[in-house]
Amino acid sequence: MPSDLGSSKAFDELEALRAENAALKQQLSAQNQLPMSLEEFKRYGRQMIVEDTGGVAGQLKLRGSKVLVIGAGGLGCPCLPYLAGAGVGQIGIVDNDVVETSNLHRQVLHDSSKVGMLKCESAKEVLLKLNPHVTIDTYPVRLNYSNAFDIFQHYDIVLDCTDTPLTRYLISDVAVNLRMTVVSASGLGSEGQLSILNFKDVGPCYRCFYPVPPPPNAVSSCQEGGVIGPCIGLVGVMMAIETIKIILDIYTLDNFQPFLMQYSGFPVQTLRTFKMRGRQTSCKACGDNRTISRKAIEAGDVDYELFCGKRKYDVCSSKERISVKELETSYLSPGELNHILLDVRPHHHYNISHLPNTYNLTVKELRDMEGDITRLQSCIPTVHRQSEVLVICRHGNDSQLATRLLKDQFNITNVRDVRGGFFKYIDDMNPSLPKY
Amino acid sequence: MVNVKVEFLGGLDVIFEKQRTYKLNVPSKDDSEVTVGSLIDYIVENMIKNPRDKDVFIENDTIRPGILTLINDTDWELEGEKDYVLEDGDILSFTSTLHGG
Repeated sequence: MPSDLGSSKAFDELEALRAENAALKQQLSAQNQLPMSLEEFKRYGRQMIVEDTGGVAGQLKLRGSKVLVIGAGGLGCPCLPYLAGAGVGQIGIVDNDVVETSNLHRQVLHDSSKVGMLKCESAKEVLLKLNPHVTIDTYPVRLNYSNAFDIFQHYDIVLDCTDTPLTRYLISDVAVNLRMTVVSASGLGSEGQLSILNFKDVGPCYRCFYPVPPPPNAVSSCQEGGVIGPCIGLVGVMMAIETIKIILDIYTLDNFQPFLMQYSGFPVQTLRTFKMRGRQTSCKACGDNRTISRKAIEAGDVDYELFCGKRKYDVCSSKERISVKELETSYLSPGELNHILLDVRPHHHYNISHLPNTYNLTVKELRDMEGDITRLQSCIPTVHRQSEVLVICRHGNDSQLATRLLKDQFNITNVRDVRGGFFKYIDDMNPSLPKY
Repeated sequence: MVNVKVEFLGGLDVIFEKQRTYKLNVPSKDDSEVTVGSLIDYIVENMIKNPRDKDVFIENDTIRPGILTLINDTDWELEGEKDYVLEDGDILSFTSTLHGG
């Protein structure tokens, strides 16, 4: 029979062993602490098992990366959910626009209930629902030379999803000064382009490709030129792929070759990858003699507006213009047919909706007639040099150019432009007509 | 004489009767080689129907800023630009830079 003393000793030993065991277990689990939550393993599993991503190590690179997306429109919307979904740890969104109905066919993060809401906030709402593990920062500001550096410096990679040459030069210049890689894309109609700029601070920048900006009249926006949703969407998705590859170090200093991808959606879909020039020694931003420094940009010494230029529309005097109200009261009532109403929008715009008893000739068509009134009469039989002509377009820009042509080249003396154009007329006078 | 394919992308086809690709036999002057420079002259003289559209393609005697020129899918800057000597089967692409987003 064991003595009381013996049994108590055995008990103490057992307790000591238990304590040691618990300490060892704790030590072991501290060594094996998981780098992500079990939920994250599950969430990212399908991409981690693609060997090229580098598994858990690759996933941690994504989680540690900070990506700034400028523009939550036709490119930003399809790109952002793939970045958030893939687990990019911190995503910034710069956009001061609000959602409009005419955006919804391509800007798929937004929906009809969000018309009027800031695009960056609308995007954030969707992305956090998609993946609560990521941080989304929003900047409801228009990017400019004075705020760009403050915003950019919190991130590693910038995505240019903007829509004007001016911001494209600014983004590239700021990124070069901060040694950041830029994924840059654009789209219009059924086509798109994509490129990686200033890759790891050795690749070419936007100015290397385009040292001289295009003339302003050669630049078309989506609002003006139109755009097919899935075509620009595809390019936005490709931006997400390029971004993920940069983060995962699929591109390296050794294997990276400057390129520009060109996508065409119609008539047969094609995707071409053009081999592009490297960094240019003559480049003002990233070359040997740099003049576009952070100091120069922030001081406003790099004049982007002057560099890119603006289209000159303001070519009619106030006497050469009438208001939409005057158009409605004096010219559109039945029986008032002693004047000619000329709509200078593109024909496919005109075909969507237009005012009754109008003629449709574009500015280009008028220009091509070279001031020959007989050629004009072949399209508008009743027109002569004493006719009263009213010119209308979409917003009141092209109609001014046409007014000048009709007066100065065709020598028609009584020509006036409708201020604000067809859309202003619809807004103020006749909201029952379709705007597009 | 050299046989090449020419493409007009990024909306540039509007000044080429909305046709994106053309197969061309470019004649050489006095049996000399045909360069990209002479091809550009040939395009401007023979293919732009409306003389007003020339400004869309050419500025200060070279391709207008905002248009990329590619020789067999490679930036012409890497191939000698206007001095590149064309060979049968070469593909010349001109693409307007897009800005929409």
